[in-house]
Amino acid sequence: MDAKKPFIRIIDSTLRDGSHAMRHQFGAEHIRKYAAAAEAARMPMLVVGHGNGLGASSIQLGLSKLYDEEMVRLARAQLSRTRLAVFLIPGFGTVHGNLEPISDMVDAVFVACHCSEADVTQTHIQWVKKHGKEALGVLMMTHMLQPEQLLEQALKMQSYGADAILLMDSAGALLMKDVRARVSALAAGLRVPVGFHAHNNLGLAVANSLVAAESGATIIDCTSRGFGAGAGNCPLEVVVAALHQEGYDTGIDLYKAMDLSEDVTAPLMPKPQQISRISLTSGLAGVFSGFCPLAQAAAERFGVDARDILMELGRRRIVAGQEDYIIEIAAELAKKKDVAKTVKKEEK
Amino acid sequence: MGKIRIAILGTGNIGSDLLAKVRRSPLLECALFAGRNEGSQGIRRAKAMGVATTAESVEGLEQHADSFDLIFDATSAEMHKENAARLLALGKMVVDLTPSKSPLLCIPALNLSKCVEQPGREVNLISCGGQANIPLVSVLQRCELPVRYLEFVSAISSRSAGPATRLNIDEYILKTREAVRFFTGIPNAKVILNLNPAEPPINMHNTIYLQLEGEPDLFRLEKEMRQMEARIRSYVPGYSIRLGPIYSEGIITLMNEVVGHGDFLPKYAGNLDIMTCAAVATAEGYKDKIMQRR
Repeated sequence: MDAKKPFIRIIDSTLRDGSHAMRHQFGAEHIRKYAAAAEAARMPMLVVGHGNGLGASSIQLGLSKLYDEEMVRLARAQLSRTRLAVFLIPGFGTVHGNLEPISDMVDAVFVACHCSEADVTQTHIQWVKKHGKEALGVLMMTHMLQPEQLLEQALKMQSYGADAILLMDSAGALLMKDVRARVSALAAGLRVPVGFHAHNNLGLAVANSLVAAESGATIIDCTSRGFGAGAGNCPLEVVVAALHQEGYDTGIDLYKAMDLSEDVTAPLMPKPQQISRISLTSGLAGVFSGFCPLAQAAAERFGVDARDILMELGRRRIVAGQEDYIIEIAAELAKKKDVAKTVKKEEK
Repeated sequence: MGKIRIAILGTGNIGSDLLAKVRRSPLLECALFAGRNEGSQGIRRAKAMGVATTAESVEGLEQHADSFDLIFDATSAEMHKENAARLLALGKMVVDLTPSKSPLLCIPALNLSKCVEQPGREVNLISCGGQANIPLVSVLQRCELPVRYLEFVSAISSRSAGPATRLNIDEYILKTREAVRFFTGIPNAKVILNLNPAEPPINMHNTIYLQLEGEPDLFRLEKEMRQMEARIRSYVPGYSIRLGPIYSEGIITLMNEVVGHGDFLPKYAGNLDIMTCAAVATAEGYKDKIMQRR
C-alpha cells in the first residue's frame, strides 16, 4: 500500500442505481440480503431507494414496489458500521414530505440536481446540515458543462454547507480527458472532497474512475457488478481491485466484495450488465442512461428505432426527469414515418 | 364606464409584465406601480411610460389608497405573509400571484365567477403548473371518469426560473398539490418540476398522467378537452394541448405547452406568462363588482 496515496471512500449505490435496472421493484428480501452482505464486505456507505431518490416514485419515473420509508428501514436494520444514505432531487422530493419522515434513520443525504442548477439545492442542503447529517452535493449530467462552469456550481453547493461534491457522468458520455479536466478543476477550487460517479456506456467506467482518483477525487460512487441503469455503473469489485493495485486503500474486504457481486448481486439482476446498442447510443447522444428502457418501450409502441429517439433527445438536450419527452418524440418520429410512407406511395 | 384602477406591488419581471398587460387591457389601467427601490429598472421604465410609481412598497399603497381599486401582489410568499394584514386593511381586492396560503384559489377557466360571488377580498392564483393543468383534470371529472391517481410533470426553462422560484420549489409542489385537492378533491397528487437549461430556452411543457377507474370515452374526452383548451386560450393565447388524450393500460396521458405572449418577459417564459394572463383575466372578472362599489 502506497502511503502517499489518499484513502478512497467507496460509495455503494447498488440499492439505488440498481433500482433503475429493476424498474424500481426491489423487494424486502433483496434489500435485507444485499445490505447484510455490504456490511460484511465493510462498505463505507450504502445508498438505498428509488433510482431518482426520495419522492420520485411516479408514473413519470417508475412506480416503486416499496415505500421510501420501508426501504430505508429494511437497510438500516442490517447495518452497524456501514453508513446509510438516501438520494434527493429537488423538484421530485421535498424536505417536509420526503426527507423529514426518514432523516432519523439515515447518516447522509445526497442532494442532486442537473449540473447547471445548483441553487435549487440550497434549502435542502441547509436542512440536512441543520439536522446533523452529512450532505453530499451531486451534479448530474456533467458532460453538459465545461469544467469552469461545473466549479461555479460546485462552489454554490459548498457555500450552502455541502460536505462533499460528486460529479455524475449520468449519460456515460465522458471520455478520460473530460473526467480529468472536470475533477481537477473541482479538486483545485473546492475546500471539500470531490467524488465521481461513472456510467459504462462507452466502456470507460473503471478507467474514468481511476482517472478521477488520479485527478484528486477521494470518493468513488459505484455499484456491485456495475448493476445499474442502461449500460450500468462502475463495477465496485473491479474498481476496488484496480484501486488497490494502484496503491490506494479503500478499507473494503475485496474478496467479500467479489462474493457479494457473484453470490448476491448476480442472481438479483434481470439480465447481465451489457453495453447494448441502445445504451451505447445513449452514451453517444449524451442522454441520461435511465432513458434506455423507456426509449425501447416507446420505440416498440410507436414502431420507430429507439436509437433515433435517443439521438433526438440528445439533440434537444433533454435532461433526467423529462422522461415524458420520450413518448412525444416517439410519436413525432412515427408521424414523420407515416408521412414519408404516404409520400413514397404517391410518388409511385 | 371607467376602467378598473390597478396597483401593482412588486416591480420585478412579473410586475413589469403585469404592467405591460394592464396597459393593453381595455378594462384596466395602472394607477400605481409600487416597489422597494427607487433606482430599480422596473420603476424607471414605469416612470418613462408616465405611470405613477412609489418606492415605499406597502406604505406607498397606504398613502395613495384612494387612487386604485385592486392590487396585484407580485412579490414573494414571504413578503405576502408580512404584508397580509396591511393589504387587507386597505379594503381593496387583492389578486395574489405568490405561492402563499389562501382560502380562495382562482383559476379563471374554472371558477372566476364563483370567486367574484364570494365575500372575501383576496384570491390566490396558485402556480403556473396549477393554472396550466388543473382545468384539464376537471374535464375528466365532468365526464364522470373517477381518477384514482394524478401526476403533473412540468418542465420550464432555467432562464425563466428566477432566484425566488429556485428557493421555493418545495412550496410550488405543496401549493399545486393543495390546489388539485381544492378543485378536484383528489388528495396526494404527485407534482414534479424540472428545470431545463437548453438553449434556445424551452417553453413551459406539462405532462399530465391520470390513472382511471374505468374505460374512458376518448372521443368525448378529446372534444371536451379541446373546449377547455379554447376557454384557457381566451385569456392565455399561447396555451395549447400538444398530445393526447392518449390511453394505455389504465392511464391517460396529456401534454400541454404554454408559449408566452412576450409582453415584457420573453416568449419562452410561458410559465410566468400564464400567471400574468390569469391575473389580468381575474381582475377583469371583478370589474362589475368593483364598479358597483365605486
